[in-house]
Amino acid sequence: MAQPSEKGIWKIITASSVGTLIEWYDFYIFGSLSTILAAKFFPSENPTAALLSTLATFAAGFIVRPFGALVFGRLGDIIGRKYTFLLTLILMGGSTFLIGLVPSYAAIGSLAPILVLLLRLLQGLALGGEYGGAATYVAEHSTAERRGFFTSWIQTTATLGLFVSLAVILSIRRLVGVEEFTNGDGWRYPFLLSIVLVIISIFIRLKMQESPLFAKLKVEGKTSKNPLKESFGHKENFKMVLLALFGATMGQGVIWYTSQFYAQSFLLTKCNVEYEQANTILLIALAIATPFFIFFGWLSDKMGRRNIMLAGMLLGVLLYRPIFNEIYQTSDPELKTKARMMNNTGSLIYYTDGTQLKTTTSYNSPTPVIKKEMILGEGSKWKIIGLIFIMVLFVTMVYGPIAAFLVEMFPTRIRYTSMSLPYHIGNGVFGGLVPFIATLITTIPGTDHLSGLWYPIGVAVLCFIIGLMYLSNKIDRDVSD
Amino acid sequence: MDRLKRFLGLFWLLLGPATILVLVTGAIKTISAGGTADINKPLPWIIIIGIFTPIAIGLMIFGWYAWKGAYDGEIKT
Repeated sequence: MAQPSEKGIWKIITASSVGTLIEWYDFYIFGSLSTILAAKFFPSENPTAALLSTLATFAAGFIVRPFGALVFGRLGDIIGRKYTFLLTLILMGGSTFLIGLVPSYAAIGSLAPILVLLLRLLQGLALGGEYGGAATYVAEHSTAERRGFFTSWIQTTATLGLFVSLAVILSIRRLVGVEEFTNGDGWRYPFLLSIVLVIISIFIRLKMQESPLFAKLKVEGKTSKNPLKESFGHKENFKMVLLALFGATMGQGVIWYTSQFYAQSFLLTKCNVEYEQANTILLIALAIATPFFIFFGWLSDKMGRRNIMLAGMLLGVLLYRPIFNEIYQTSDPELKTKARMMNNTGSLIYYTDGTQLKTTTSYNSPTPVIKKEMILGEGSKWKIIGLIFIMVLFVTMVYGPIAAFLVEMFPTRIRYTSMSLPYHIGNGVFGGLVPFIATLITTIPGTDHLSGLWYPIGVAVLCFIIGLMYLSNKIDRDVSD
Repeated sequence: MDRLKRFLGLFWLLLGPATILVLVTGAIKTISAGGTADINKPLPWIIIIGIFTPIAIGLMIFGWYAWKGAYDGEIKT
């Protein structure tokens, strides 16, 4: 079979990556704006709306993503990669745009949270189908020697999607003002913007050709009639699905979520760093670390995929607690020297390193609520950026080579289905549960602010052992089987 | 190495039900403790236990396969 030219592959990578990035952007803006969305659509005083809110938070990530992997994976193995991940893009973009148009709970009552929940579920479904398609599509166009490098561009999209979502939200928030963004319609713009991005991406993807390996199978009449049965009903393939999940993706998922999302939540809730500064810290760390996805993808072509991924997991296991502790200490006002205080009540304190701590007390609820908000001095801010950068580096190690790794594990005729499910269970379930289980652990008596890390550490240890014991570091170069 | 892989299979086989037991116990404790956070509500736990049960069964099957030698030898990736 003729290999695609370098020029051809870059068009393919661009077209696939842009669409996948937009899907991640769409998925993340809902999460990043969840507090505002909760106030607009899921008022806590209404039990039905609160129930729907919980469903929107949990079901989209945990149930619908793996389900989307099955639905669209099957479709991708039957009708082809190109049309399937075009469909997921339309579904994701359409749902995101429509979320931006749904009238608030105050305007149409219970219909509002129901509509938002349905659209959020569609988002989860689409995301479940997108990644496997994009990774498979690029890998099936890649030369064997550079598969890790080429597919690593797809791997940057998840982090870049988060980066773009945070950048868009912060920009619009500044442009329209915090009041309009939070209490007016400003929050809708990131959702509405999605349609423009999606239309551009659809046009790019429409011009793409079907994957050469899949097209060949189709011409020969060798495509799978029942990819679900072949993937999960036959022991020879099912054992590889289980190995991909327990020996690679579950560890990768927890490392990813801990380094990016738990770090973000830790800064906001445990360190009380101000919203805009916390997200700016994350943005800078992500921007500096993103090229390393490409580096580790490239490196995996030279020295194998497994060892790099396992090294990332091991570093997370060994260094998460010291790093998070350092972040906590760096932002701890008790360890800083006070320079001066504004107001006799001490509501605004300046520290010698440039840090400001603002304390406000709200009397809106039966018991007064004290809110602390800290703007870190430059030195502390850059130190935390450095620490988060190190953690995102672990993500680039586990995530950079994984698309090539998964593609090489499964045969072409059932590749989309077989690789999508372990990927989305690893990321959606094991990774997505990091905030919930970490919070759960911290509620156990005798635990501290770092105890929540035992969940990702435990899962990563388990995955490391399974990966080390059962996987080989040798690359299976031939993916045309 | 193959012998170790097989013996570890027994551990994975037992780890599946142990995980579910831990989750069910955790759910009962936190829900009965009351409170307004997500972790005190039954629905997230129903979803989590519902989705983790097939995964735990998967881990048991993985353990069984390992015990039976399905992962013996070198598995290229």
